[in-house]
Amino acid sequence: MAKLKSTFINMFLSLSIICLTVAFSLAQVNKMTLKPIAEAKALKLQTAIGEVVPEFDNDPVAESYMIASEGGDSLLVYPATKDGEVVGFAISSSSSGFSGEIQIMIGFDMDDKIVNYEILQHAETPGLGSKMGEWFKDMESNSKSIIGRDMSLGTLAVTNDGGSVDAITASTITSRAFLNAVNKAYIAYSGSKLDSYSGATTDDDTENN
Amino acid sequence: MNKNLNVLINGIIRENPLLVLLLGMCPALATTSSAINGMSMGLATMFVLICSNTVISLLKNMIPDMVRIPAFIVIIAAFVTIIEMLMNAFVPALADSLGLFIPLIVVNCTVLGRAESFASRNSVLSSVFDGVGMGFGFTIALTLLGALRELMGTGKIFSLNIYPEQFGSLIFVLAPGAFIVLGYLIAIFNKFQNKASTN
Repeated sequence: MAKLKSTFINMFLSLSIICLTVAFSLAQVNKMTLKPIAEAKALKLQTAIGEVVPEFDNDPVAESYMIASEGGDSLLVYPATKDGEVVGFAISSSSSGFSGEIQIMIGFDMDDKIVNYEILQHAETPGLGSKMGEWFKDMESNSKSIIGRDMSLGTLAVTNDGGSVDAITASTITSRAFLNAVNKAYIAYSGSKLDSYSGATTDDDTENN
Repeated sequence: MNKNLNVLINGIIRENPLLVLLLGMCPALATTSSAINGMSMGLATMFVLICSNTVISLLKNMIPDMVRIPAFIVIIAAFVTIIEMLMNAFVPALADSLGLFIPLIVVNCTVLGRAESFASRNSVLSSVFDGVGMGFGFTIALTLLGALRELMGTGKIFSLNIYPEQFGSLIFVLAPGAFIVLGYLIAIFNKFQNKASTN
């Protein structure tokens, strides 16, 4: 077959046919991968929640609700209950780091102590800021680890700012941002707790992602 | 067959897209902070390259010259989107770590360059071989770059400990290290190639 000449009608037809075929095949692949992508996301969320709260037997994702945080935005809270009793809360929080947003999942038990945390998404410098996934969990060093810290004693800050948490070497901005996200989650969480103590009923309509 | 074999080796050594043609620098520098990232990026590019080369070579007579670039881009973008969706669905962890660079394969000069200079002028079979050769050459170069940076930066290769992390020099994991390692790789490759051609 000889090469098509570049006449208007030829160009129009050939581009249209290519675009239509491509659109059709992309739609097909999208349909095929929609379910696995949703499942992978749900699994990631589930694992993150499982990591940060004490053992539970409910479905925190199904029971999640929004709470207001300072600054006007709202955070998603995943309550964990065992035998009907609340054992902890996983809160997904975020703050802006050295490059882009840092999203974390942080878990508190009923005594306001940090159970664990998990980094959901970040774009920090590899090898520096990206260490935050392990740094603040380092059980061998009390000044690095935030696990088990009692948040009711006050919010967390890095040692440079007069706090008690060692910042990641050469990544103070990332460390600050990370602790900001933790503090934000705690402040919003304790605020919502006060609301329920003062008799305000918590919203019953649960939100499903 | 001999000619096709030549095309294959051409892509891996004589015209290695990264080390000789110096194409596709952006993903090569940005994604090679570890060997596994470099290799996955290389393999993703190879997949796109083979598919787009095949399809473009098949359609070469049906695409009028004046609209060939938009047509190529649409075809390449389609394959990139497909691999992005597949990666999100089946290897989400990898998709997370490569992030923005998967969609950016669309504008990787290697892919469009091969479509324009090879696939649109040659038979389907040699275009497939060209895609495999170029893709493989790119993958090898990226894996090598990633492995060297990971080794010198963190003391690991493919997350296997070679020496303790504190002896590593962090600069190799960061952007400047990418330029330094790539520069030396190209220099070594050139030296080696020149020798081979004069002997």
